[in-house]
Amino acid sequence: MESMNHGLGVDIAFLLLAALAVVTGWRVFRTDSMVRASFFLLVSFIAVGVIMILLAAEYLGVAMFFMMAVEMTVMALFMVMFMMNPAGLNPMNMVHQERIAIGAGVAGFLVLGAMALLAAFPDQPVPAGLEPVRSLGNEMLGDSMLIFESAGLVLLTTMIGVVVLSSHRGRYGAAAEGSMPPGLEPGSDPAGKPEEDEEGEHHHHHHHH
Amino acid sequence: MTLTTLLLLAAALIGIGIYGALSQQSFVMLMMGLELILNGVMLAAVAFWAFSGAGAPEGQLLTIIVMAVMAIEMAMGFALVVAVFRGKQADMTESLTGLKH
Repeated sequence: MESMNHGLGVDIAFLLLAALAVVTGWRVFRTDSMVRASFFLLVSFIAVGVIMILLAAEYLGVAMFFMMAVEMTVMALFMVMFMMNPAGLNPMNMVHQERIAIGAGVAGFLVLGAMALLAAFPDQPVPAGLEPVRSLGNEMLGDSMLIFESAGLVLLTTMIGVVVLSSHRGRYGAAAEGSMPPGLEPGSDPAGKPEEDEEGEHHHHHHHH
Repeated sequence: MTLTTLLLLAAALIGIGIYGALSQQSFVMLMMGLELILNGVMLAAVAFWAFSGAGAPEGQLLTIIVMAVMAIEMAMGFALVVAVFRGKQADMTESLTGLKH
């Protein structure tokens, strides 16, 4: 395979892309703007996608671009809809148990890195004549069709579950029936719009009579 | 670009992802940490396929499955964010103290 005895250019590209993937991945959690965070994550994914293309897995690399572009755009939209600080106008660092998290992250890196450095993985590169996209297609619609179709079925199930979870009304009435939003301060009135809800119920009542 | 350097990069991405998933208070930022972990997993899978799998197509298929897992994680995560926001007007993990609201 061409990429197996690759030249200096591929190595340089890999190093730059690796640095880009790690730096943008890190910046995701260090930027004040949540929208920017999702685009940093997108850059990290695209860098990994380009590395996949360098590794001759063209289909996966390109699929990564498309999937992540859409996912991160949705994510940015969600940030704008729900988050308190989407634009990064105020400094923001919303973390908990940060020491444990740093420890776990470093430990994860060290253990996996030690495995990468110390384990003796077999040296069996992709054979010369193999067409990666064709072989993947034959596998997906051949021997592994059940697995591939199962993934599709699970995605369908997810769609149904997502609609059920996020719909206003559940099967047995309003999804948030009886729930009260917490107060802005301990012991204060509920935040949000409880009064409106009560009025809405009265309204409902009258309509029935 | 060798298997070792690729796996080290994957390990770095997974490590950052673990930090993010454990440390972030906002649900969506937490999900970004999970995504970063899966990013590293996909890179490692492709690296193994390219350098030690002798071109076995199952290596690429594994990456496709991880992509599907990622899409499921995103969709369920966002649905839960919507559900929690409806019930609690909140987007922070701290505001959920129990499984039932």
